Amino acid sequence: MRWLIAIVVAAASLAGTASEDQRPVTLAATTSTDNSGFLNYKPPLLHAGTGIDVRVVVAGTGQAIRYAERGDADLLLVHHTASEEKFISDGHGVERYDLMYNDLVVVGPETDPAGVGGLQDATQALTEIAQKKILFTSRGDDSGTHKRGLALWRDANLDPAKNGSGWYREVGAGQGAALNIASSLGAYCLTDRATWLSFRNRGTLKLLVEGDRRLFNQYGLIAVNPAVHPHTKADAAQTIVHWLLSEAGQTAINGFRIGDEQAFHANAKPSS
Amino acid sequence: MNDLSAAFTSAVALITNLDAELLAIIGLSLRVSLSAVALAALIGLPLGAAVALSSFPGRGVVVALLNALMGLPPVVVGLLIYLLLSRAGPLGEFGILFTPAAMVIAQTILVAPIIAALTRQVVFDLHAEYDEQLRSLQIGWWHALATLLWEGRYSLLTALLAGFGRASAEVGAVMIVGGNINHVTRVMTTTIALETSKGNLSLALGLGFVLIALIVAVNAAALALQKFAQRAHG
Amino acid sequence: MAYVQSAVPSRSIFPLDLRNVCYSKAGQSLITDITVTLQARGRTIVMGPNGAGKSLLMRLCHGLIRPSAGQVNWSSEQRHAQAMVFQTPVLLRRSAIKNVEFALRATGARARDRRELAEAALQQAGIAHLAHRQARVLSGGEKQKLALARAWSIRPQILFLDEPTAHLDPSAVYAIEQMIKSIDEQGTKIVMSTHDLSQAQRLADEVLFLHQGKLVEHAAALVFFEQPHTPAAQAFVNGELYWE
Repeated sequence: MRWLIAIVVAAASLAGTASEDQRPVTLAATTSTDNSGFLNYKPPLLHAGTGIDVRVVVAGTGQAIRYAERGDADLLLVHHTASEEKFISDGHGVERYDLMYNDLVVVGPETDPAGVGGLQDATQALTEIAQKKILFTSRGDDSGTHKRGLALWRDANLDPAKNGSGWYREVGAGQGAALNIASSLGAYCLTDRATWLSFRNRGTLKLLVEGDRRLFNQYGLIAVNPAVHPHTKADAAQTIVHWLLSEAGQTAINGFRIGDEQAFHANAKPSS
Repeated sequence: MNDLSAAFTSAVALITNLDAELLAIIGLSLRVSLSAVALAALIGLPLGAAVALSSFPGRGVVVALLNALMGLPPVVVGLLIYLLLSRAGPLGEFGILFTPAAMVIAQTILVAPIIAALTRQVVFDLHAEYDEQLRSLQIGWWHALATLLWEGRYSLLTALLAGFGRASAEVGAVMIVGGNINHVTRVMTTTIALETSKGNLSLALGLGFVLIALIVAVNAAALALQKFAQRAHG
Repeated sequence: MAYVQSAVPSRSIFPLDLRNVCYSKAGQSLITDITVTLQARGRTIVMGPNGAGKSLLMRLCHGLIRPSAGQVNWSSEQRHAQAMVFQTPVLLRRSAIKNVEFALRATGARARDRRELAEAALQQAGIAHLAHRQARVLSGGEKQKLALARAWSIRPQILFLDEPTAHLDPSAVYAIEQMIKSIDEQGTKIVMSTHDLSQAQRLADEVLFLHQGKLVEHAAALVFFEQPHTPAAQAFVNGELYWE
């Protein structure tokens, strides 16, 4: 049976799989970093900086972490600090580094039926939306943004997943898909700024709420622990980590723009 | 309407410009789907023919199962293959998750039942016509199986095309096992899904038109070949 | 009695003995208690109206179907000693000569002999010029000649022909009949069904007359056509040419 599978695998490899040694580094990254073009703008950021081939697999934070837990990724770039710390304490990662941040924003229809435009307080904005029962699309996909949204609702002492029937829509999809739906329904939506900036199908959607400290969105970088996953490309992964945290890497992050807006702000602590 | 005409314009622009990136994506789509169809044919043709030529208790169940498997949900197959090929899975040591090979395997599993089920029908019908003649010539079971597959070659082309259509159109399985990695596992359907999520609806639909044109072109070429050959061979 | 085959010396499979052979399907008796012995020589014509069981009887002899009761016994078992030509020829999607070579390959003939034997068979059938044409696009008559050539190419000891001329025009019928005579002269036993009375008279050495699944007469041709014994056979011979 084993050799049969090996044959099928070999036959399936017509497209040419690299052998173990030349296998590029696999980075499981959150949607916002990829959809915005950050990781694969030309020339590809990481390859330009380190000379290492990096394959980016895009997923929500929850799924990206599960990829890494199963050993299917060598590096993790996500944005939910609590989950990241759990990943480390479970032994899957070597160390977690702050890499960069941006922020989450609330977008909604131009007409702003909930009247939240310009509010500084995110929980107040959500409370307004809930009280007026205006449509709100939640990703509902265990992503970093989804988890942050849930935390904000908790801060507002609301549980729309339970009592929001009619106006609270869990779409179970990535950020882009959630924005597409919000755009067609004229609904409010919580999104990271980078995805919003690069999103093209805005329709009547408009950025309405920003600037709350609670909307701060920290991205963390973790190399998968080779002690747990021996096949992982630990050396190459470390090289990438070092470069991203270095001055050159941090400068490259700050240099990435969507339109004329800076999408991410590097904030790695200087390495000791 | 505006969106549609924008999509159409973008499709025309994509085709007339044909930049290297798009060509690479189209090339990978074709390579993955055609490899999957070839592998699925290696499995499905003999399997379908064998079921058609055999009689055993429970054969009806096998036929029904084969027909039902034609509708395998791609996302379920993708998940299954993901769990098998994942490092933590039983076949993790091959290290082929997030490679085109993984996509080929997933699509093979999606396509093989289609080819097997359609082959079974074709060979079953042929068998009704040829059975007595082949037995009269004392042709053995395996030889009969090979002969009927060869006799049905033009009809079976349709089965392969159905398989190709399925493979090149699905997104659920290749997204999961391929990971939609730029320049590595990004194919037409996953690109369309990605552009949709970025809100580039007209570009996404334009790519969709290109994909449809591609599938139509492959089908037209194959059917023209079939018609030509069938006229010559009767 | 024992007839030595031309190509491969082998033991004779004759006589063929049918002992109380019955065949029924879906509770209906289609062949009832037929006992008959066929010898190696002579052209045997199976006659009777449509539905009398002619095709079934030949399929039972040839082994394509098994009797529900009774026995079909050859004096010796040999592979590839029998061949059959069907009312509608079943040809493969390949050239005429490849169709013949297909049959020869099944007998285990060596590759270089196959081409030679196939050419000889096509020659015999008068269709050597069609050797490389696609079999499926030949005319009805040409197809049946090819089917006959294919059956004969393996030099069977017995050749069953199930109404081989039923759908053919007169000139093709004539050609096929000439071929059958020639095959007979080369030592292959002919067993052929027909409901065409005049064809039977042209070809028969002996007649098996079936009526409603029963063998009602087995007689030399001259005797059968002069003095049929049973009413059914009498009616058939007395001009009920296309009796349905």
